[in-house]
Amino acid sequence: MHSTARTRRVLAATAASAAVILALGACSSGGGAAGAATTAHGPITIWYSNNATEIAWGKQMVTAWNADHPNETVTAQEIPAGKSSEEVIGAAITAGNAPCLVYNTAPVAVPQFQKQGGLVNLSSFSDGDSYIKARSGDTAAQYESTDGKFYQMPWKSNPVMIFYNKDMFAKAGLDPEHPKLATYDEFLTASRALVSSGAAANAIYPSPTSEFYQSWFDFYPLYAAETGGKQLVEDGKATFTGDEGAKVAEFWKTMYTEGLANKELYQGDSFADGKAAMSIVGPWAVPVYKDKVNWGAVPVPTSAGTSADKTYTFSDAKNVGMYTACKNQGTAWDVLKFSTSEAQDGQLLSLTGQMPIRSDLTTTYPDYFAANPAYVAFGDQAARTVEVPNVSNSVEVWQTFRDAYSKSVIFGQGDISSTLGGAADKINTLVSSK
Amino acid sequence: MGRNPIGLLLSAPYLVFVIAVFAYPLIFAVYMAFHDYFFAAPGAQVDRPFVGLDNFQEVLSDPAVIRSFGNVGIFLLINVPLTVVLSLVLATALNKAVRGRTFLRVAYYVPYVTASVAVVGVWLFLFSGGGLVNQVLGPLAPDPSWLISPTWAMPTIALFVTWKQLGFYILLYLAALQSVSTELYEAASTDGAGAIRKFFSVTIPGVRPATVLVLLLSTVTGANLFTEPYLLTGGGGPNGASTSPVLLMYQKGIEQGNPDTASAIGIILVIGVLIIAFIQRKVAGGDES
Repeated sequence: MHSTARTRRVLAATAASAAVILALGACSSGGGAAGAATTAHGPITIWYSNNATEIAWGKQMVTAWNADHPNETVTAQEIPAGKSSEEVIGAAITAGNAPCLVYNTAPVAVPQFQKQGGLVNLSSFSDGDSYIKARSGDTAAQYESTDGKFYQMPWKSNPVMIFYNKDMFAKAGLDPEHPKLATYDEFLTASRALVSSGAAANAIYPSPTSEFYQSWFDFYPLYAAETGGKQLVEDGKATFTGDEGAKVAEFWKTMYTEGLANKELYQGDSFADGKAAMSIVGPWAVPVYKDKVNWGAVPVPTSAGTSADKTYTFSDAKNVGMYTACKNQGTAWDVLKFSTSEAQDGQLLSLTGQMPIRSDLTTTYPDYFAANPAYVAFGDQAARTVEVPNVSNSVEVWQTFRDAYSKSVIFGQGDISSTLGGAADKINTLVSSK
Repeated sequence: MGRNPIGLLLSAPYLVFVIAVFAYPLIFAVYMAFHDYFFAAPGAQVDRPFVGLDNFQEVLSDPAVIRSFGNVGIFLLINVPLTVVLSLVLATALNKAVRGRTFLRVAYYVPYVTASVAVVGVWLFLFSGGGLVNQVLGPLAPDPSWLISPTWAMPTIALFVTWKQLGFYILLYLAALQSVSTELYEAASTDGAGAIRKFFSVTIPGVRPATVLVLLLSTVTGANLFTEPYLLTGGGGPNGASTSPVLLMYQKGIEQGNPDTASAIGIILVIGVLIIAFIQRKVAGGDES
């Protein structure tokens, strides 16, 4: 009797395990064809970012579209709350409930979303490539995937520059209207004056933490400028082990070693809170700092002092992705073109101050830049931006770089050359693997 | 159960819960750890071949993973004994306190029920470079400061977690103390035992089952350390000195899209916790309960 009960339990457990394993096997086998719906039309859903100005832009765009397309209505919502948009989108892809379009797709996440089978190949639309290249010009090339196709629509950038606090500069005896910040030496001199005079607790306070994306706001903009527009990885190889990378790393190391930049995590916005005299941010910050800081903006420094009209920087772009869960991809493509049209890009510029990724930005909207001189430098800078490389294991690549940078530059442990060299080797392997 | 269908019916919700929330994810994690696995859209044609122990080999040869296990080892060595000792001593004191007992219990419990995100600001105020602790210590303050010192980052986090969770363990001990017979204390007093003698000879043996539970729970929650290093040191800094295995699992599994290697770390962690729990049970005498 006892043995019969035990046998029954064993059989039940085996059956249950087999069911689970079979279910897992089914999961792992992939499934059927993606089911191309590129010509289907009908209602679609979209997500947009949850900051106030982009919500305003999104709402007016949807209203404008829906007014003329009663049978292809767009239902829009803010991207669901989560630690980051990328995690929310990644989960939605896996669950199969991603919306048709997400107006907050980070370029760094595109290779991963592509690998997951979550993104629609925009080049598969008959006018896909031509539309993207006509709108974005040469910049579009940075957003091509390794197979030469577009899985993201280059949408808007926030070219980062050095914001500085004019009042703190004046207090430190520096010229607030023409600050000398073009070269590393000038930047260091100004930083030392700011801190030693007591005008600022920190000259600049980029986040010293280890998240993979933090290098976009300390190392990468300066690296883009120093190299005249080189990406972290090019032709499948890490590029930062050369002289330019070493100069940028040494510059930041000096900032940390001399206590001009802070190694501690700061909860909040150090620039807005008056804890730092400078910050590396994009034009989104203009309305944020408008009533808090008497600010000015200059391009990021280089070792030799590149002129502003030749200085590159990090783009901090957000693009639009079309997701394979979308049933009516024909409508989604039409909405995508409508929302990136000249008129809607103009709305984006005026409502958010962020730069549409257009080759003709400043000449298309001269009235806007004339009326908003604070954005002129950003509009000009938008023509010279460097994106994150569109490579396999993109996020892991950045985490690998950040860990090495954190160790050798921020915390000054080990030799910069060998530490970054080790990271470069690992990155080369990551980029070459699927 | 087979002879009484109503029993199956009544237990079904719990069985479903256990299978859905515990068994399925656990088996799925094991499956992922042995495959080249990544999350994909439904219907996407992806290949997820069996890779044997490759994922385990990869994570065990990764210095960051090894360091994270070392970090959590340091954490447990500080947090677990401190938790047991402080919660037992404070519970014993609270059990005897006549005035303000309720207030003190609530005071100890508040950090536990307050979200880490909220209380972490207080800790940063205390332990940042220009924080209160360093101002009090003056020239004795460590340089670099607590949370950016490779030496002090993990002990500071361990201290924070101990403080935050103490209230819960005090409540466990308070409940256990109710079951310790007062006659034993009276007999010990009759034999001339003082307060310390009674604590060691009556209280500690009397709450042994609770001690085993506290050991087990603090070890398990400590091994799952994530929020505190993430919030206090911004993702495992300085230079990985506060990275925990779960933080790495999050980075690899969620951020980097490699749930297979993340699962391998998780399985190693589970095995490690089971071994520690087994040793604790043997050493602390949980079987006697």
